[in-house]
Amino acid sequence: MQRFVYINDESCRDSYRDNRVSNTKYTLWNFLPKNLLEQFRRFMNQYFLLIACLQLWPTITPVSPATTWGPLAIIFIVSASKEAWDDYNRYLSDKKVNERRIWVVKDGIRRQIKARGIHVGNIVWLHENDEIPCDLVLIGTSDPQGICYVETAALDGETDLKTRIIPSICADLSSEQLGKIKGVVECPNPDNDIRRFDANMRLFPPIIDNEKCPLTINNTLLQSCYLRYTEWACGVAIYTGNETKSGMSRGTAEPKLTAADSMIDKLTVAIFIFQIAVVLLLGLAGNIWKDSHGCKLWYLMYPAERPWYDFLVIPLRFELLCSIMIPISIKVTLDLAKGVYAKFIDCDDQMFDPETNTPAHSANTAISEDLGQVEYILSDKTGTLTENRMIFRRCYISGVLYGDKTGDALKDARLLNAVSSKDPDVVKFLMVMALCNTVVPIKSNDGTISYKAQSQDEEALVNAASNLNMLLTSKDSSGIAEICFNGSKFYYEVLDVLEFTSDRKRMSIVVKEVKSGKFLLLTKGADEAIFPRSCPGEQTKTYLEAVEMYSHLGLRTLCLGCRDLEEDEYKEWSKKFQDASCSLDNREHKIAEVCNSLEQGIHILGITAIEDRLQDGVPETIKLLRKAGINVWMLTGDKQTTAIQIGLLCNLITPESKGQLLSINGKTEDDILQSLERALTIMKTALERKDLAFVLDGWALEIILKRSLESFTKLAMMSRTAICCRMTPLQKAQLVGILKSSGSLTLAIGDGGNDVRMIQEANVGVGISGREGLQAARAADYSIGKFKFLRRLILVHGRYSYNRTAFISQYSFYKSLLICFIQILFSFSSGLSGTSIFNSISLMAYNVFYTSLPVMTIIFDKDISEATVLRYPQILLYSQAGRLLNRSTFAEWFGRSLYHAFVVFLITINAYADEKSDMEELSMVALSGCIWLQAFVVTLDTNSFTCPQITLIWGNFVAFYMINLILSAVPTLQMHTVMWHLCNQPSYWITMALIVAAGMGPVLALRYLRNVYRPSAIDVLQQIEQTDGHAQAPGNLESSTGTYLDYLLTDLRRNKSSIHQPLLSDSASSR
Amino acid sequence: FIFDFFNARLHFGCSRMQMYPLEMEGNSNPKTTNKPKYSKFTQQELPACKPLLTPEIVIAAFALIGALFVPIGLASLHASRQVVELVHRYDASCVPVDDKVGFIQNSRTDKTCTVTMTVPKYMKSPIHVYYLIDGFYQNHRRYVRSRSDKQLRYKSAAHLTSDCVPEGDTADHAPIVPCGLVAWSLFNDTYTVRVNGVVTQVNKKDIAWKSDKNNKFGKNIYPSNFQKGRLIGGATLNESIPLSEQEDLIVWMRTAALPTFRKLYGRIEKDINANDNVTVVIQNNYNTYSFGGSKALVLSTASWIGGKNNFIGIAYLTIGGLCLSLAMGFLVLYMVKRRNFGDPSNLSWNR
Repeated sequence: MQRFVYINDESCRDSYRDNRVSNTKYTLWNFLPKNLLEQFRRFMNQYFLLIACLQLWPTITPVSPATTWGPLAIIFIVSASKEAWDDYNRYLSDKKVNERRIWVVKDGIRRQIKARGIHVGNIVWLHENDEIPCDLVLIGTSDPQGICYVETAALDGETDLKTRIIPSICADLSSEQLGKIKGVVECPNPDNDIRRFDANMRLFPPIIDNEKCPLTINNTLLQSCYLRYTEWACGVAIYTGNETKSGMSRGTAEPKLTAADSMIDKLTVAIFIFQIAVVLLLGLAGNIWKDSHGCKLWYLMYPAERPWYDFLVIPLRFELLCSIMIPISIKVTLDLAKGVYAKFIDCDDQMFDPETNTPAHSANTAISEDLGQVEYILSDKTGTLTENRMIFRRCYISGVLYGDKTGDALKDARLLNAVSSKDPDVVKFLMVMALCNTVVPIKSNDGTISYKAQSQDEEALVNAASNLNMLLTSKDSSGIAEICFNGSKFYYEVLDVLEFTSDRKRMSIVVKEVKSGKFLLLTKGADEAIFPRSCPGEQTKTYLEAVEMYSHLGLRTLCLGCRDLEEDEYKEWSKKFQDASCSLDNREHKIAEVCNSLEQGIHILGITAIEDRLQDGVPETIKLLRKAGINVWMLTGDKQTTAIQIGLLCNLITPESKGQLLSINGKTEDDILQSLERALTIMKTALERKDLAFVLDGWALEIILKRSLESFTKLAMMSRTAICCRMTPLQKAQLVGILKSSGSLTLAIGDGGNDVRMIQEANVGVGISGREGLQAARAADYSIGKFKFLRRLILVHGRYSYNRTAFISQYSFYKSLLICFIQILFSFSSGLSGTSIFNSISLMAYNVFYTSLPVMTIIFDKDISEATVLRYPQILLYSQAGRLLNRSTFAEWFGRSLYHAFVVFLITINAYADEKSDMEELSMVALSGCIWLQAFVVTLDTNSFTCPQITLIWGNFVAFYMINLILSAVPTLQMHTVMWHLCNQPSYWITMALIVAAGMGPVLALRYLRNVYRPSAIDVLQQIEQTDGHAQAPGNLESSTGTYLDYLLTDLRRNKSSIHQPLLSDSASSR
Repeated sequence: FIFDFFNARLHFGCSRMQMYPLEMEGNSNPKTTNKPKYSKFTQQELPACKPLLTPEIVIAAFALIGALFVPIGLASLHASRQVVELVHRYDASCVPVDDKVGFIQNSRTDKTCTVTMTVPKYMKSPIHVYYLIDGFYQNHRRYVRSRSDKQLRYKSAAHLTSDCVPEGDTADHAPIVPCGLVAWSLFNDTYTVRVNGVVTQVNKKDIAWKSDKNNKFGKNIYPSNFQKGRLIGGATLNESIPLSEQEDLIVWMRTAALPTFRKLYGRIEKDINANDNVTVVIQNNYNTYSFGGSKALVLSTASWIGGKNNFIGIAYLTIGGLCLSLAMGFLVLYMVKRRNFGDPSNLSWNR
């Protein structure tokens, strides 16, 4: 499908939407129905609505319908007002965007209109630092060369400036002409690909140029970017409103369900089944009792003739009585608790990274429990484990290893000598370093030059070149690059850029030396992309050795090369390149093919080695996480050798004797499958004795996924560590998918755009707001500044969240079951007729007021201190294995509620027998018994008491009496004066004490026996904390990272071969 | 309540700049830091006390509970035993014929019945006179809801009888006041008490809750159409006395939660000495025979704990005893099987 945009043509303005941006989910009119519909998609809400509707039938309802409608309404209002508030804020920010004043050119006259009034085809006039209101095709700028700079941080998170250029067809238009031009842009329908725009443009008379001009993403200005360093720019609106590329990529992510949530859902279903069984049994018994006994009770006046539905009445009554078994408040309570966990993460100042000024942030507030149950961490390497701060360290030029002794080539006297003596090989090498890139030099007012680069490697190379006196001083839009070497200036015309893609793994430029008119192809790329294209007879072996050696040191290598071109050859190629660039379909592939044809017979100049330092605290963090029972995998796009070195450096894999690295590798598909089987056998036999890990690359993974997914899954489940190199973004996501499908809880952490898919696929996605931009951080559920904060995120926040949710959810079931069991017990003494012992107000308030606040206090609870958790990270096993929320813990709570129901009911009916047996009084006694018990249950299960906890638990208790004393003053209520009567009776208070003692005594005794004689690890740690008194402060745990790393690094350098070689001893074949 | 909490959540005392500032340059300014504001609350560092279930605490707690419960139990038991209670079941003895249901339903038979009791102990006034009914489900759903509280309270609400089915309106659609099964089945046995042959006044004033008389039953509402239907349930009401003064009705309408219950009939405001003969002439009108229930007359004094009820005392003694023995048991266990409290060697990390 195509879209034809007629420039400056009012007649076609209605065919596409205007530029009104709308991120809101609702409008004023559809809010209620849409929100209700959305809320009723939840099974629980449907269930409660059904119950509420049944309650409208007076024959069967045991209590007033308000008992369900009230809480249901409150729950709906709470969720709806949260939604409405969020939506209102979205509306406000949309309004701000839509009301912005934007200059638009109409019929040659510039006018200011509101941003929402822009239509497709309008010419929009922008000034420096303006935010771009919609997707535009650039047609003019203030720059005589027709370029402008945009900052795309809001779109892709990349903070560097990008150059945008006007299409050649518009190159010579004056600003007056720009206002009047007519033409047509042929472009695809709106999509969300922010890196692609394959379109054509044709201008109409009077600017007669009937040629079609190709447009690429480089000719566009996209919505929500900023115009920088350009006085003005103007463009034609192509996509507007929500149809822009940024608008289309805003998707609403599927809500993630945590493992704890699905456990709660399972328990809910179990209770639902139990409830149905109870209802059927009691209903049947009730009907039998009615027929055998009830009919004899003259005071009930059962009619002789009964309606056909009579047999349904009693079961339905019991259904309504038992409907409280499923706590109506659990979702709201959990949502509130989860919101608080997320806030705790946001506010944690120990997860604040002062270097980048980023605090931790939880974009997804609903999945904190999953953090505490993580089994697999899949981590990116560059930028996640490493700093992604590239520093040029070494190079290899024509047989000399520079920087070998000093560790820094820039300080190597031999290289400096070679530069000053203008060694031709070195000069050429430096020239490629300085020129072969897409770096933009920006000259500041004081004459210093800074570089804006899209790739960190390029920036490192250009900076290194400038330190070696090869200074890239300027690059203008006509393509003339100025280089200053040892004071003398050289000019090169950049003719074409053969761009870098992850498939090509190389980039080249074609330049023309202005002075001599010679054509040159300069190229740089991965060794395996360059060496096969080197000219025959080249001694690639020595280069290969250098690459090998550098990557053993954990350095990133690039191979530089160049080739002289004949003018004819270039001209011919240039035409093909032009055609390929203009093609509308399959453009990328065609371009790659054309580029490949030129990148042949390359003369290799040398190898650069760039160091990417490990981030602060990474080895300790990984050690701790592995100790906590989490399997850490590294997925990287980098080379295998580099990846293994980084893996060793950051404690991911253990060196030989204790550890073993199994390489899954091979030349053919069968080789690979064989080595997979071999790895699996070794893994099975030696797992206990050794720290095993496997390593494989993208190609091997592709074949394995195709041919032998099953054994790979087996291997993956057994292997605590794996290094996967040369992974594409899709493969990273596939690996996450494999682990997820085998039932493991995965956490993916990354920093770049290539990690986004993996982050979205994983149960928990963590983004590092790093140097590669914010793309990953935006897609992620949590964003942190540094890898080391993962430790706190998982061990502290994740663990606490899980513990707290486990308590809150089970407690919610407990309190609902308790009151429901009492109703069931009472029904045996009320002729199985389905009378409710509690009155409507009590039932309604029980779930919403009396019991929801004390349980919320558990969000402040800490079973063991943060320091202890970090000291004994193994304790994470408890939450990981779901020991606090599973069938058996739930059975315990179930039993407790049954026992407590018996205690409350039996004591109540015996203490309030005979002349005291008044319905209202008895009901209040039973209710207060429940309140007393639940206060003590919360107290017993709270591990640490802080002020808010004590206030809420006992304040709620006081509030219960206040509320009921006040309600007793209302004459129209049935419970009028009841509470006053009770509070004046000593026997009431004596009964309460009896209920508490009988209810809590056995619980306390059992708990004590278990704590002391069969303690869980948590109990032991609590005891250790108490006896030690002074648990180690968390600060002490962080050993001095720098020295440790230095030690490792120096140690590795010294024994680089001796450690590395045996590590791969069992590999199927070495490369 | 919940809203306050919700709001509190929204403004959690954690102020911070927007997460992704569009102006990235803004970040380099050292003055605007995104560091979360420190507070003990948001850092979860509030001072906390962490009591542990150490043997000392637990043993002490159980011992203390035991030590408290045993005396309270003894006191309650003592109070309960102080209460003098005479219970005389009369439903069987007061019907001389075999067809008890036919007897009670026949309105022409003489249902007077005399029972005699000997008081074992001195009874101090006021002596409560109760009637005890067993097997009567006042808590049955069909029964307990068959009333109209509005009608009892407001004159204008006499027609609000929809809740009172099947005893709401008369056959010609006039509202019954008071309507419903509860009022309709009002207890109608009467007792005349003689102590040593002297007629003793049973005071029927103030047997109902004051609040019920004042607020729940209207002073200007008089019974109408009551017990005029085909079936007569229980007692009739004097139509010239307002509902707020019909104390028997008010007592009856405060429904019992259990199928065995006592309701206050009146008070004897005269002491009765030990070995006095109490003769009660019963008008045995109320039908408990058709459903196999029983009736009894109860004379009882009261103590601070209420009527005679040994349950609380016994329960307290049991629980107190159990707690003491648990404390002892734990103490012995603690001595015999010493555990190193907080021993890291107890840690096992097996899944």
